[in-house]
Amino acid sequence: MSVSSDLNRRTLLRRAAAAGLLVTPAVGLLSACAGSTPSENTDNAGEKSTDNPFGVQDGSAVKVVIFNGGLGDAWAKEDQAIFNAKHPNVTVNMSSTQKIKTEEQPKMATTPSDVVMNSGADMMDVSTLVNEGAIEPLDDLLAAPAWEGGGTVADTLLPGTVADGTFQGKFFVVNIAYTVWGNWYNSALFDREGWTPPKTFDEFFALAPKIKAKGMSPYVYDAVHGYYPRWALMATIWKSAGKQAVIDIDNLKENAWRAEGILPALEVWEKLVKDKLVLPGRLDHTQSQQAWLDGKAAFIQVGTWLKNEMAATIPPGFEMKISDYWGLGATDKAPNDVYAGAGEGIVVPSKAPNKAAAKEFLRAVLSKAGSAKFAELTKSLASTVGSGDNVQDSALASANELMKNAPKDLVSIKFWNFYADMDKESQNLSQELMAGRLTAAQFVDKMQAAADKVAKDSSITKQTRDA
Amino acid sequence: MRHGVARFVTGFLALPVGLYVFYVVWPFLQAAGYSLTDWGGYSDRQQFVGLDNYIRLFSDELIRKAFWHNVFFLITVPLFTIALALFLAFLLNVGGREDKAGVRGVFGSGFYKVIFFFPQVLSLVVIAVMWQQIYRADSQGLINGVLMKIGLVSEEDPITFVYDPEPFLGVPAVLWWLLLIAVWSGAGFYMVLFSAAMQSIPKDVYEAAILDGAGRFHTFFRITLPLLRDTVSVAWVYLGFIALDMYALVFVMTPSQGGPNHASEIFASVLNFTAFQKGQFGYACAMGVALAIFTILLAALQLRITRRERIEY
Repeated sequence: MSVSSDLNRRTLLRRAAAAGLLVTPAVGLLSACAGSTPSENTDNAGEKSTDNPFGVQDGSAVKVVIFNGGLGDAWAKEDQAIFNAKHPNVTVNMSSTQKIKTEEQPKMATTPSDVVMNSGADMMDVSTLVNEGAIEPLDDLLAAPAWEGGGTVADTLLPGTVADGTFQGKFFVVNIAYTVWGNWYNSALFDREGWTPPKTFDEFFALAPKIKAKGMSPYVYDAVHGYYPRWALMATIWKSAGKQAVIDIDNLKENAWRAEGILPALEVWEKLVKDKLVLPGRLDHTQSQQAWLDGKAAFIQVGTWLKNEMAATIPPGFEMKISDYWGLGATDKAPNDVYAGAGEGIVVPSKAPNKAAAKEFLRAVLSKAGSAKFAELTKSLASTVGSGDNVQDSALASANELMKNAPKDLVSIKFWNFYADMDKESQNLSQELMAGRLTAAQFVDKMQAAADKVAKDSSITKQTRDA
Repeated sequence: MRHGVARFVTGFLALPVGLYVFYVVWPFLQAAGYSLTDWGGYSDRQQFVGLDNYIRLFSDELIRKAFWHNVFFLITVPLFTIALALFLAFLLNVGGREDKAGVRGVFGSGFYKVIFFFPQVLSLVVIAVMWQQIYRADSQGLINGVLMKIGLVSEEDPITFVYDPEPFLGVPAVLWWLLLIAVWSGAGFYMVLFSAAMQSIPKDVYEAAILDGAGRFHTFFRITLPLLRDTVSVAWVYLGFIALDMYALVFVMTPSQGGPNHASEIFASVLNFTAFQKGQFGYACAMGVALAIFTILLAALQLRITRRERIEY
C-alpha cells in the first residue's frame, strides 16, 4: 500500500475535471438565464398604398412560426398562399412547432421571427411580453383596410376579439380562433336514451342517476392540466355571481372572492365530486376526451378545438354537440352568458426584422378567404365575422347555434393572464377541489389569500379591466 | 530536465480551456451578473438591484418547500441507487456458489447485466413517457390494470401515483413515485460501474477469505465494500448532482410541473416558473446561483469526508 499525495500533473488535471463536474447541474439551469446583447433593428420599408398599407417591400422575407397543436397547421399554408397571391415577391418562411417558448423566447431580445403564434402549453407569458416591451402594438393593423376591402380590419372581427388582445390600452395580440367553451355530449346517444342536456346543475344532478344506470360516469375532465377544470369553475362563478364579481376578482378588489354567489357556485362542484359523478382516475386531456368518445362518460367540458383534436378516433355514429355550461338556476345573475372568446394569439415581436410584412401577413390571416379556410380545416370558428357560415358539421353548427342565442356579454376571465402566480395557484386549487381534497370554502379562502399576496407584492405590475 | 513542459502544457490546454471558459464559465458569470438585476428576460431592459433577489430568496415559502424536496432526493436517490446497484453487482460478480474456489456471479449474470443496464440506453424523456403509461391512473395503466385484474385495487379508486400529494412517511407520495423511476433508471449504470471495480479486485483476496470460512455477508462487508470505497464515493457525488436536478422527471411526470398543488416542487421547477412564467429572470438567476453554490459546497464536503488512504494492489 502507498499513499499518493504530491500534486503532480495528473492530479491537477483530475481536480480540474472534478471542478468541471461540480458545476454541471447548475450550469444547465443557469445557461437558460444567459442572454446576449441586442442587435439594431432594421425595418424593411417600401411604398405604402391602400393595397399595401404597411409598405411591404418586394424581395424581402418574412419568418412565420405557427403553433402546431389542436388546430394543426394546414390552415396557415392557405394563408401563405393568400398572402403570396398579392405579394408574389415576398418570401414566406413558415415553420411550425409545439415548443413556442423554448424556441422563440431566447431570440426575442435579438433576432426574433416576424410572426409568432404564441399558443399552447409552452407559450410565452403575454403580460410579461407586454411589460417588457417585447411585442409590437398592432393598433395600425386594426385601422388598416380589410384584405378584401369594405371597411377596416377591426370591422371584420367578432365581439371580444379586440378586447381579448388589448393590454394596457393597446392592441397587442391577434387571437385568430374563436373558441366556444361548454359541456360536450353525444347527441346520438342522448336522443336514443331520451335524455335532454341539462341547463342547470339541478337538472344535471337529476339526470346523473339515469346515466349511472347505463354504466357510464356522468362527467369526465382533464385532471392533469389545471386550466381545464378551472374554465368550468370560473364559468359557474360568472353565471352565479355575475360579471361584476369576476371583474372585481380580476382587479384584485378586496374580498372579491367572498362576493355573493361565488361560494354556492363552487359548492355544486364540491357536491359533484362528493357524489362520485366523475369518472374515476386521473386522465389528461386526450385520455379524458378518448374516454368520453369511448362512452365511459356522458359529459366533458372543453373548447371547440375538441373535434379537430380528436378527429382520428371519433367512433362512427358519434354526434358531438356542445351545450352551455350549467348554472345554478333561479339565483343566477348571468344565466345565459356563454363562455366564448378569441384565442390562439399571434404576436409580432418589437425587434422583428420585417414588421411591415408581418402585419401584412396578419391581414391575410384575417381575410374572408383565410378565415373560411380556417373554419373548414380546423372545425373551429375564426375570430372574423361569418367564418363558419358555409361549414357543415354538427359540432361547429352547435357552437354557432350557441353563439347566436348568446347575449352580448361573454364570459371572460382575465386574472390568469394578468398574474402568473394567481394563474398557477388557481390551477392547483381547481385540481385539488376536483380531487375532493379541498372544500368550496377552503378554495375561496386560498384564492383570496393568493389574490391578497399579489396585491401586496410591489414587484408585480398591476393590471385592470373595465368591462 | 523539465524545460519546456510548462509551455507544452499551456499550448496543449489553451483550446479546451478557452472553449470551457467561453461556454461554461462565461454564461455562469453572466447569470451571476443577471442575478443582481430585475431583468425580465424578454428585452434588454434591466436595473441593478443589488442583493435584493438573494434576500427575497430566504423569505420565499415556495423555495423553502422546494429545497426540502431536493434534500429528500439528495438523501434517497444516492442511498437507494447505490444500495441496489451494489447488491446487483455483488450478485452478478461474486455472489455465485461460494463453495467453489473460483469466485463468480450467479447463473446467467451476463444476461442480467444487459437487462439491468437497459434503462441507461433510453433517453430520460422516453423513460418518462413509458412511466406515464405504467403510472396511468385508470384501468388502462400497467400497474393499475394488473392490480385491478387480481382484485387488489378497485376500479372506483385507482392508485393515483404522481397525482397523489398525501404524505407517506412524512413525504408526499408523488416524490416516492418519482424516486422509484430515478432509482430504476440509474441503478443499471452504477451496477456496471461497480462490476468493473469488483472485477479489478484480485480473486486471491476472495479465495483467502473463503478458505478462512467467510460467508457471502462477510466477503461483501469486509472485502468488497472497503475496496470499492473510491468508486462508491464518486457514484455518490454524481448521484448527488442528479438528485439536485431531477428537473426532467418532475417536468414531464407531474401535473402543473411541480404539482399536485406544489407537492413535487423542486428548485429547478420553481426556477423555471419564476423565469419563464413570471418573467423574473433576475430572481431566477439568483436561484440558479444559490443552487450552484449549494452544489459546490456539498460536493466539496463529500469529497473531504470520503478522503482516505488509497489502497493499491
